[in-house]
Parts: sequence; C-alpha cells; structure tokens
Amino acid sequence: MSSRDPQRQPVAGWLFITPMLVILGLFLAAPIVMALWVSVSDWTGRGSPFISEVNFVGLRNYQDLLAQDGLSRQDFMTSMRNTFYYVLGVVPAQTVLALTLAVIVNQKFLRGRTFFRTAFYFPSVVSSVAISLVFLFLFTGTGAVNQFLGLFGISGPNWFADSRGVLHVLGDAVGVWDVSAPPAFLSGTDVLSLSLWEWLSGPSVALSAIMLQVIWTTAGTFMLMFLAALQDLPTEVDEAAMVDGANTWQRFMNVTVPHLRPTILLVVTLGIIGTWQVFDQVYVMTDGGPSKTTLTPAYLSFQTAFTNLDLPSGAAIAFLLFLLIFALTQLQRFVLRDRDEARQRRAERRQRREQRTTRTRSTTEVSA
Amino acid sequence: MSTTTEEPRARTESTSAVGERDTSVKKMLVYAALAAFAIIYIYPFVIQLVTAFKTNSDAVENPLSLVPDPFSLDAWNRLLETQFPLWFTNSVVVTLFVTAMRVLFCSMAGYALARLKFFGRDTVFTVLLALMAVPGIVLLIPKFLVINYLGIYNSYPALILPLAVDAAGVFIMKQFFEQIPPSIEEAARIDGAGPFRTFWSVVLPMARPALITLTILSFQGSWNELGHFIIATNDSSLYTLTRGLASLTSGGLGSGNQYPITMMAGLLMTIPTAIVFVFFQRYFTQGANTGAEKG
Repeated sequence: MSSRDPQRQPVAGWLFITPMLVILGLFLAAPIVMALWVSVSDWTGRGSPFISEVNFVGLRNYQDLLAQDGLSRQDFMTSMRNTFYYVLGVVPAQTVLALTLAVIVNQKFLRGRTFFRTAFYFPSVVSSVAISLVFLFLFTGTGAVNQFLGLFGISGPNWFADSRGVLHVLGDAVGVWDVSAPPAFLSGTDVLSLSLWEWLSGPSVALSAIMLQVIWTTAGTFMLMFLAALQDLPTEVDEAAMVDGANTWQRFMNVTVPHLRPTILLVVTLGIIGTWQVFDQVYVMTDGGPSKTTLTPAYLSFQTAFTNLDLPSGAAIAFLLFLLIFALTQLQRFVLRDRDEARQRRAERRQRREQRTTRTRSTTEVSA
Repeated sequence: MSTTTEEPRARTESTSAVGERDTSVKKMLVYAALAAFAIIYIYPFVIQLVTAFKTNSDAVENPLSLVPDPFSLDAWNRLLETQFPLWFTNSVVVTLFVTAMRVLFCSMAGYALARLKFFGRDTVFTVLLALMAVPGIVLLIPKFLVINYLGIYNSYPALILPLAVDAAGVFIMKQFFEQIPPSIEEAARIDGAGPFRTFWSVVLPMARPALITLTILSFQGSWNELGHFIIATNDSSLYTLTRGLASLTSGGLGSGNQYPITMMAGLLMTIPTAIVFVFFQRYFTQGANTGAEKG
C-alpha cells in the first residue's frame, strides 16, 4: 500500500531523472571538473590527463594570461580588447534596432504586420553558418554592399581583409592623430602587453562587418521581447498624454520607454552575456584575422587548445571567460533585483505617506 | 482597426486638424522605415537564392543583380559530387536522434521535478539551475576532454549523446507540468495506474503544446549547432552540414571563392529550417519568450 502513497515516489522519481543525470553529469558536470584540473596541469594532450606524469602547476597557466608579459598575454588581451569594442558596438545597436522594429511592427494601421514580423525574426532561427556564408559574399571587396555604396560615390573597404581600427581611422580623419605616425606617448606606453595606441584602436573594419551581421541577426529575437512588452502597454496612459497634447515622439519617450524599462534592461544584459561568447562567426569567416583583430576569447581558447595543442592554456582561457560571464550574470541579477526592491520600497513609502495625510486630514476635518 | 485608434484624437476638437496631418505624416514615415528594413532583411536571402543559380563569374561581376545570367545548375551538380549529401544525411540522423532523446528525457525529468516527490529533488533542481547558467561556449574544450577520455571521439555517439539532454528543455517541461491540475493524475492513480503509466498515458498526451515547442527548439538547436560538432569529430565523413559548410570558406570541396557553391549549400541547409519555421512559427515565438522569462 505504501508504494501507492501519493506523497512518496522515491524510486519512480529517481528513475525518471536518471537519463538527465547521466547525460548532464557526463557531458556537463564532469567536463567542468576535468577542465578545471587540466587548466592547472602541464598535460601535453597525450594519453589520459590523470596519469602520474601529469603535474600540478598551480596557477601558472592563468599567470601567463594575466600577469606574465609574453605572447599568451598579448593574444589574450587583444581578444579582450576586440570583444570589448564588439560588445560596446553590438549591444546598444541591436537594442535600438530591436525596439525600432518592434514599434514599427506594432503599428495598428499597418497591413501585413505578421509578414514583416516573420521577416525580421527569420534570421534568428537560421544557422549562423549559413548567414555567415551569405555575409562573406555580400561584404567581399567587389560585393553587393560595396556596389551599393558605390551608387552613392562611396568606395567601400575590403571588409574582411581590413585590419585598420575604426577609431584610428576616425581620429585620423578629424585630425586627432596621424595613423602613419601615432603619438609617441600612446605607442610607447604599454599596458598589459598592448600599447595604449593598440588599446585605443576600436573595432577593426573586419570586426565591424561581423558586428553588422550579428546586429542584423539577433535584433529579431529581442524584437519579439519588446513586442510582448508593447502589447501590455496600458492604452489609457498613452491616450491621456495624447489628450494633453503630447506629440508622438514625446509620448514615446515619456510613456512607452519608461514602461519598457524592465524589458530594455533584460535585453541589454542578455545581449552583453551573449556577445561575450561570440565564436561561430569568427570560426566560419575570419579565423581571428586579419592581424588578430577578430580574435575573441572563445575563439582564442579554441585555437590555443586545438591548433596550438596547448589544452591547459585553452582551458584556462575558457575558465577566465566563464568567470567574466558569471560576474556579468550576477550583476544582471543584482541590477534586476535591486530595481524591484527599490520600487517596492518606494510604493510602501508612498502608501505610508498617503495613510498619514489621510489620517491628518480626517483629524482636521473632525476638529473643524 | 485604424478607426478605433484614431477616434479619441478626432474627438478633441482643438487638435483634430493637427492630429490628422500628424497621423498621415506618421503613417508615411512608418511605411518608409518599414520598406527600408524589409529590404535590409529580405534582400540578403534573395541574393543568396539567386546567386545559387548563377555562374561564378556572373556572381562576382553582378552581385546585386536579381537575374542569373546565364541560369546555371552548376553549383547544384558540383555539390552532389562532393561529400555534401553525406553531411546532409548526417545532419538529419543527428537531429532526429537528438530531438527524440531530448523530448523524451526532458519531459521525464521535467515531470519528476514538477510532480513526483522524492528525496533530493530540490537539490537536483538547484544544481540544474546552476548548470543552466554555464555558457555553452566555455564548455567546448571540457566536453572534448571527456569525449576523448571516454574513447568515443569521431563517432555518432559523440555527436549525439552530449546534446541529448538540455537543461533549458527540462526547465520548460517542469514549468508546463506544474500547470496541469493534479486531480487528473489522482484519478489515474485511483484507477490503479503507477507513475510510469500515469506519465505515459495520461500526462504526456496532455502536454502536446509543450512537447511541440520542445521538439521545435531541439530541432533548431541541433540542426544549427556548430561548436559541439567541431570538437566531437575531425573526420569529414562524420561532418554535419554546419561543420561541413564552415570548411567551405577555407576552400573545402575545392570551393575557394566559388560563391554559387557556398550560396547553394547554405540555401539547402536553410530550407528545412524555413519549412519548420513557416508551419510552427507560434512555437518559435513561445520558445523565445520562455528564454526571456528564464533570463
């Protein structure tokens, strides 16, 4: 009879989760533990990493990446610089584009809204490899993009072969510096194995092309999130603002955007976490080149492990990237929680204040 | 539809004239923006489609033109002579297995975590949530280490098994099963059905929408997966489409800069996704929004 007890199904419960436990244990938990060991060992990749010839080397692999001047740190810092500019460019642009697309597709008078929503979302469900192949073709020197720019008299760069930093080029154009002879204090001062001049390069032209592609691809997913939030927008507030004579732009900035703030925050943080992991596009299109300007931590980790056959360093890079993304996730949780709590505290304060004023009012009324 | 939104504006008589002009200007702006974005979003796919049927010299000289001149099936014929059909078959096999296993295992685990009471359930769920937060890309090397250690590198199990359970899928199913009223299971239990029978014959048939969502997400995820297939094999006869096509850019299949071949290959890889997308778009949207709630 006890096995029929609805409160207790220990055997069935564990049997149901066994496949999940085995697979996630083998291919998610065990790998993390194993890689953690490899990242603090001197394993050469031959045989098992658990034999006695493999030694514990402490944090040496991490030191080479962070504290030791050399090629490892130079490459790692280059990948960090590239990805920093990449995130800085992609996240705001994809958020604004996603919001713009959502607002357009949300217009009630529009015919064929479903069709356009589908068209904007479609790239998000297509393989990144297929899209990368198309963009490689679009962005070749004589490709569609440059031919289109040519219609306006602009001669476009040779996108994926161009390693010039965008900030270098812009600074040169407005006269801040001369690219052929960068200021000595910038090119002469080294910080973490890169000169200040290299830190200030901005994304290269090649990386910018990848950024354009990623913005174009991912905006659709975030558009759906914004659309869901826009459909919850209370129409009364918008109409009240309209009656008050606010124009479309004012209503958008003062009614819609504040309402969307939680979604914007979510999209931005999801965007930051996602963009730090960029890998597929680099693997398919550039291999980290030209001149390592599209190198990213994820790709560098892969390249170090499988091209240079230095698995311990590759694993160490992966863990550093993991720590970074983990910190960003915690930051996201903190920001989101903080906001909710702050709102709750404000609401409670307001309530107390209102109670107080009604109480004083009622007492004055009584005394009057 | 448009009348209902404009009515309150028309009623405020002092601003009505301004309001109407405002609306028509606004409409034109919206349509202009829409047209621009539609071109930006649709044109690349059109170029891909058209270029797949061009000759290479035509593709290079007239990348913007929408008419293949001459029309050529050269890319198609050359792809058929290569390993491309094999890669396509591999993708189909891997996707079918991964999807079937994911749907079964994730719904089993989701059901247990939602409904069955057993010692350690909360701990398992907490660990699952923690594992879900680990970004997939940092797991590439770790997964390679284990696959290599287990001696399954360069085999179908290496392609399939690591993808057979997805923590996010378990999460989706758990959320769904929590919404089903428990009275139905109780009725089954009173009729003498054990947990397995209740799950298989009573609960699972009710979970159809969640199962379809999970199927679609699993199909899309495994069909488009690249990273895992890079570290699971280096044998080109075990390549899936993503891995095989990624090698095209470095001159695989002697493609070099043979753009019609890469466009045709990408097109053929996209067609199954497009078909599924057109028929099950609703479920894609649901999946995207589940991701939002989870994050």
